Amino acid sequence: MKDFAALKRNLKKDASALKAIKVALLGDTATQFLAKAIQGAGYEFGYNLQLWEADFNQVERQVFDPSSELHEYGAEIIVIFQSAHKLLGKYNKFKGNAANFAAEELNGVKALYDTLASVNPKAKVIYYNYTEIDDNVFGNFANKTALSFLFQLRKLNVLLMEFAAEVPNFHICDISSVQNAVGKSVMFQPSVYINSEMVLSIEVLPEVAYKTLHIIAALQGRFNKCVILDLDNTTWGGIIGDDGLENIQIGALGIGKAFSEFQYWVKKLKNRGIIVAVCSKNTESIAMEPFEKHPDMVLKMDDIAVFVANWENKVDNIRKIQGILNIGFDSMVFLDDNPFERNMVREGIPQLTVPELPEDPAEYLEYLYTLNLFETVSFTEDDAARTKQYQVEAQRATLFEKFANEDDFLQNLDMVSVVEPFTKFNTPRVAQLSQRSNQFNLRTVRYTEADLEALAASPEYFTFSFTLEDKFGNNGLICVIILKQQSADTLFIDTWLMSCRVLKRGMENFTLNTLANFAQEKGYKYLKGEYIATVKNGMVAEHYSKLGFEPNDGFWLLDLAEYQNKKSFIHKK
Amino acid sequence: MERQQIIAQLNEVFRDTLDNDDINLTDTTIAKDVEDWDSLNHIQLVVAIEKKFKIRFTAKEIHSWENVGQLVDSLAGKL
Repeated sequence: MKDFAALKRNLKKDASALKAIKVALLGDTATQFLAKAIQGAGYEFGYNLQLWEADFNQVERQVFDPSSELHEYGAEIIVIFQSAHKLLGKYNKFKGNAANFAAEELNGVKALYDTLASVNPKAKVIYYNYTEIDDNVFGNFANKTALSFLFQLRKLNVLLMEFAAEVPNFHICDISSVQNAVGKSVMFQPSVYINSEMVLSIEVLPEVAYKTLHIIAALQGRFNKCVILDLDNTTWGGIIGDDGLENIQIGALGIGKAFSEFQYWVKKLKNRGIIVAVCSKNTESIAMEPFEKHPDMVLKMDDIAVFVANWENKVDNIRKIQGILNIGFDSMVFLDDNPFERNMVREGIPQLTVPELPEDPAEYLEYLYTLNLFETVSFTEDDAARTKQYQVEAQRATLFEKFANEDDFLQNLDMVSVVEPFTKFNTPRVAQLSQRSNQFNLRTVRYTEADLEALAASPEYFTFSFTLEDKFGNNGLICVIILKQQSADTLFIDTWLMSCRVLKRGMENFTLNTLANFAQEKGYKYLKGEYIATVKNGMVAEHYSKLGFEPNDGFWLLDLAEYQNKKSFIHKK
Repeated sequence: MERQQIIAQLNEVFRDTLDNDDINLTDTTIAKDVEDWDSLNHIQLVVAIEKKFKIRFTAKEIHSWENVGQLVDSLAGKL
């Protein structure tokens, strides 16, 4: 992490080639340095943050005045930092029953959010939670009385979490946990506060700025999806090939506790939807043995989506894993205790995240916690099933090798698809795909749940979600289409995105057949598509031309009068 | 530490923090003489000086200096 001076120097660099994001920052303390830190950190993350900063202590005025500069600015992301210090000031002057203080403050935050959402329904709000201040008026007894400030502050943080859990566009940046990590004496420098009204020390500004950027990047669809584990001395202590099953350190043996706890962490990631893969220099059968037989192993074969153990180099093996999973290298994390392997992988695949694990395995977890490698802005039940889906994908890859031609293979898969408009049941997953899909995404317009609900209710839009199931298993909802009526005879394809795990199944043909037939029935004459290039979606640059659309003034047009259904092995369920 | 030495090190901190190699501090230098030395950057300078010399200024000191000489006086008293 760069220090504040270095982040500030980033502001002098040319960011015009980077993706521009409009961000507004409002605070009840002086935020000039925070603004610079966030902007400078944006550059580190590859964004050109166009940051508009409200004047000092203008949060309410800017939000509640419909003609304010904030509303005129039209930010995509609105960061609100109301400090614990000002909260304490309000508490000090609070006239009501102190036990109700947190609930009333939450109402204030809700009112801010509701107003923001009504003026700019697409805006994402990032709200900083409250760093703990213990005024010690009650001592430890503060925990036993709802009247204490500490009680109310902690309660407010919990109320904020509950509110955020309900509201998709309201995100919390957990600066309270930053203070827990660095300590209050680092977080807050009283002399600076007294002289400048700044409550964040210069030293901690980068921490807070990076934490904010983690959310911003995740909102842009950039986050890690997979962790690749080395085995010997990373997943367990010792070397399985030399030490044997009984002597590897895990559970109670030696420093096994460090590895057990590490494995519990990986297991929780897997349950959350992070794909776990193994890449180890070992004989495969020996490497699998602990997963199958060791009673203290937390991770089992079921938890591993792709297992690669051989004596080839790790760069090639990680490429192989990437090929099976079909996700970007920049969404993968590689954990290996060996600095030599790490460097080789870093050099071979620079996009990969390769943490510099501490030498002592006892410190692995604490170090990994500090990196916040797995930020996300959504979580659905589908996530938990992801490992299974990728395991099945590996089986499909094996079957594919057996068939002489692709059609036979596809026919043999017995594929069926459920096609439905957006409903309250599938909208969370659709929103998530909208946030996550980078490669097979024609226009990369990101929609939140709230956006999608509005679209589904609008008569101008037609929405489609597609699932795909075959004899190996169900991929779940993997394709999303949003059509917009552009004129009496033309439907515009506002969104066409698909999960890359169903590439090469003829899903594109099936989707287009569905759309064309729908449009024909409704009496439209044309489907109009658009490709907006991003760094990542090169794979669909020729999408519309391959499907028979004709170029038309920067767009792609399909004449439905001449449309013949394309070959597809997928059946509608 | 000699006064001249302190000023030399201070000069380094100023150049580094304000990203400006043309800065040459003397006892009589005032904020207006140095580009970008405004009240906000003053705070960043103070924190950088504290870090460099491993000392802490009081809140009162931070806004009491009228020129670099007085800053050096405060600083020298803590070394």
